[in-house]
Amino acid sequence: MELLVNSSTSNTPCSRWLLVHALAVFSFLYLPIAVLILYSFNGQGVGGFPPHHLTFDWYRILFADGPIWDSVLNSVQVAFAAMAISLMLGIPAALALDRAQFPGKALFRRLVLLPLILPGIITGLSLLMLFNVMGTKLSLMTIMLGHGTALISVATTEVFAGLQKLDRAQEEASLDLGANYWQTFWRITVPNLKLPIIGAALLIFTLSMDEIAVSFFLIGRDNTLPLEIWGRLRRGITPEINAVSTIIFVFSLVTIVIWYRLRVRAEGGVDIGGELVEDSSTSTLSS
Amino acid sequence: MASPIPPTIAVSASAQSAAKPALLSIQHVAKSFGRNAVLRNVSLEIAEGEFLTILGESGSGKTTLLRIVAGFETATSGELWMGPERLDHQPPYRRRVNTVFQSYALFPHLTVEENVGYGLRVAKRPAAEIAQRVAEALDKVKMTAHAKAKPSKISGGQQQRVALARALVNRPRLLLLDEPLSALDANLRRQMQVELKSLQREVGIAFVFVTHDQEEAMVMSDRIALLRSGELEQVATPREIYSRPATAYVAQFIGHTNLLKGEVQGGIVRCAALAWPAPLPEGPVLLSLRPEHVRLAGPGASGTGVVRIRGRVMHQAFHGATELIRVECADRLLLVVRTASGGVVQSEVELEFSAADAVQVRESPERI
Amino acid sequence: MFSRAYKTVVTVPPLLWVTVFLLVPYLLMFCYSFWSVSPAQAIVHSWNLENYKELLQKTVYWQTLLRSMWIAARVMVFSLLLGYPLAYFLSFYAGRRKDLLYQMVIIPLWVSYLVRAYAWKTILGSDGVLNTLLQYVHLTRHPLDFLLYSPFAVVLTLTHIYTPFTFLPIYAALEHIPRNLVEASHDLGANPVQTFWKVIFPLSIPGVVAGATFAFVLSLGDFLAPLLLGGPSGIMISNIVVSLFGAAYNWPLGAAISLGMLVIVVSLLFLSERLEKKWSFS
Repeated sequence: MELLVNSSTSNTPCSRWLLVHALAVFSFLYLPIAVLILYSFNGQGVGGFPPHHLTFDWYRILFADGPIWDSVLNSVQVAFAAMAISLMLGIPAALALDRAQFPGKALFRRLVLLPLILPGIITGLSLLMLFNVMGTKLSLMTIMLGHGTALISVATTEVFAGLQKLDRAQEEASLDLGANYWQTFWRITVPNLKLPIIGAALLIFTLSMDEIAVSFFLIGRDNTLPLEIWGRLRRGITPEINAVSTIIFVFSLVTIVIWYRLRVRAEGGVDIGGELVEDSSTSTLSS
Repeated sequence: MASPIPPTIAVSASAQSAAKPALLSIQHVAKSFGRNAVLRNVSLEIAEGEFLTILGESGSGKTTLLRIVAGFETATSGELWMGPERLDHQPPYRRRVNTVFQSYALFPHLTVEENVGYGLRVAKRPAAEIAQRVAEALDKVKMTAHAKAKPSKISGGQQQRVALARALVNRPRLLLLDEPLSALDANLRRQMQVELKSLQREVGIAFVFVTHDQEEAMVMSDRIALLRSGELEQVATPREIYSRPATAYVAQFIGHTNLLKGEVQGGIVRCAALAWPAPLPEGPVLLSLRPEHVRLAGPGASGTGVVRIRGRVMHQAFHGATELIRVECADRLLLVVRTASGGVVQSEVELEFSAADAVQVRESPERI
Repeated sequence: MFSRAYKTVVTVPPLLWVTVFLLVPYLLMFCYSFWSVSPAQAIVHSWNLENYKELLQKTVYWQTLLRSMWIAARVMVFSLLLGYPLAYFLSFYAGRRKDLLYQMVIIPLWVSYLVRAYAWKTILGSDGVLNTLLQYVHLTRHPLDFLLYSPFAVVLTLTHIYTPFTFLPIYAALEHIPRNLVEASHDLGANPVQTFWKVIFPLSIPGVVAGATFAFVLSLGDFLAPLLLGGPSGIMISNIVVSLFGAAYNWPLGAAISLGMLVIVVSLLFLSERLEKKWSFS
């Protein structure tokens, strides 16, 4: 563990205490994940120490479980739709915040970013009332609209951060060389924002796949994966859930690694979603 | 000026400051980051009350040297001594050395006054003493009016004064200044050079000033230590470093110069088509001849010890009070001449210089 | 540099969308809170203050709100206690391992909220991992039943979930502190402890405020962890809202409570924005 510590500062009692603390926090953060994965291979089901009887039975049961895979398919559909909606609105929103002045801009900014910090129940319920008043039947469609709306905030924050780093002179040069706004947007602005857009897309996809608080209120007949899991959890604990959670975890991990590689290759920087939490700190709510 | 050139020109740091007591002694300090050697075997003594400038290009290691003295970096080898006390084993907060940072490093959450009082407060001085010393320090740098302001509300020049007051209020034995004027515009910079110098005289604390600007170094310093690729090239007074540069690098770095490559045979220097007697050892020789020591020759014969040469004017550049004229002489010898500004010269000119003004310098070997 | 048409094209669609799907729903929530439900379970669109009267009169709402705030406050404090030293360690002591460790804090964020809450359930349950472990090593003879279905379980789980959220803004704030300020402090004679309290901590306050706000606000509105792990004593205000929109079927009353939550949350956001501004100096 000495390796973790910078040589010039390793010898103070303070840094030793901090190291111990850090290890404790990491254990706390990873304990449930470790338990989850471990017990997905436990023959005797969840709980019981020590785990014994290594088995893949739960995975076998999982793969034969029709409703779970239906819900996965539903979730993937929702995630793609949410991605499309929030990017199509979030990118212009970021551009508007960066370069246009209009009355109500401050309110607009606050509204767009609010779902990021607001408990999901408020976003979910307010949309439920809207659909109720409009007479819209609840279905996967309403979940798509809900996720899409809530996650505009993600697209906007990521793209806005990218725009802040973009050298305005590049676009000026493009206009100067005779390209119109449309051409400049596709040839200069978008390629420069490639990384934030991909990052936002991946984040939106993952967040939507995992979202439950908003979906909880907008669900129709078809379940998304988290709601399917939720329904089963209410009935009791089954190691099949451990198995599907482990698969989701591995899937997320792969996404992270892909994103990490992309980002490292592109700019040598390393930050996954950090931009999001950093920028969505309440100060970005201000104009 | 016409005295014969001594065989060894380099004046060692210790020889220079031997007269005054050494305040800080830097002994054989080396520093490398990984495989990259930033400083190699630097030895330097700083006397009480002196204004010493560490001059060098970017990447020469000057800031690293300063940071080692301040305690922010640990030398890979070598020692620092302040009187009888070994300095390099102490953390920065126990060294009686204070620093004025390049970007000032004023604490943004504290007012000007609180910034200046910081060192005294952490040393737990009585409140009355702190108030009094802070007021004095602010008065000294003419910042009393801004005592309650936050650093972000005052100008760069004012921040610079606050940084100075914050360091000096602790009465350090040595003040380190890391390119403190580099962020200021040219006019303010010249003004601050004068102020800083007179402030140093007034407080009598030794200053070690780091800069890449040779003019600034010349104006302010008692001595200049010229650093090149992590090694000291020469340590001397500004006058001496200008008139007796130890190496070709020093001669070129400080002011303009003509470097003449020649050969000494039997007390005669031969360089291209030129030849003149000089008491130099036999063999190849490198000479530095300042442009202002070359004159346009008048009609009639020159005196003894004067070398004359004809050449063609290639280029003439106006510099205000003076002009630099580039002349190509026989055997492709290029000479740069500085004359008082005075209109056009003919395309063919006759030049002359005193043999004694061509001073011998050592070659500067390439270093990576 | 951008033409009027360009600005219109990028501004109008998101503006319309946000109006329809965010602004109007919030306004609807406001309207609903003044409506009522008829005995035949239909929503009566007549304006009255009955919902608010009921909220003020019945102590169960106040008690639950206070309990929720107390849970959220504990989550906030624990997240700060875990997150701040971790962020400080990473930023100032982790050296070259910094980036790797940073990613390791983020990774749990990418694991489903539900799945992590569920994992705690399997750990804390009476025949869960922790209890069977304790009995296995003979530390206890019977399962400890306060572990699950208690406010303790809710606080523990929410702390686990929101610690990375609290960590991130603090870490960002610490990373933004120019290192020469720390050097300047040492240079002026302050030892590491003095430097921490006089320079580093004050400059990291915006991050602390943002992190604390995240933890508090998101915990306050949570209803899944209490349902899963809280038991009767761990019920939070959102659970009441959920039941009012579900089985109890009283949307107007639920809307009134939600609106109250929205007001609390938005005021907290404004407050923390103020605090962050006050303590940021760049």
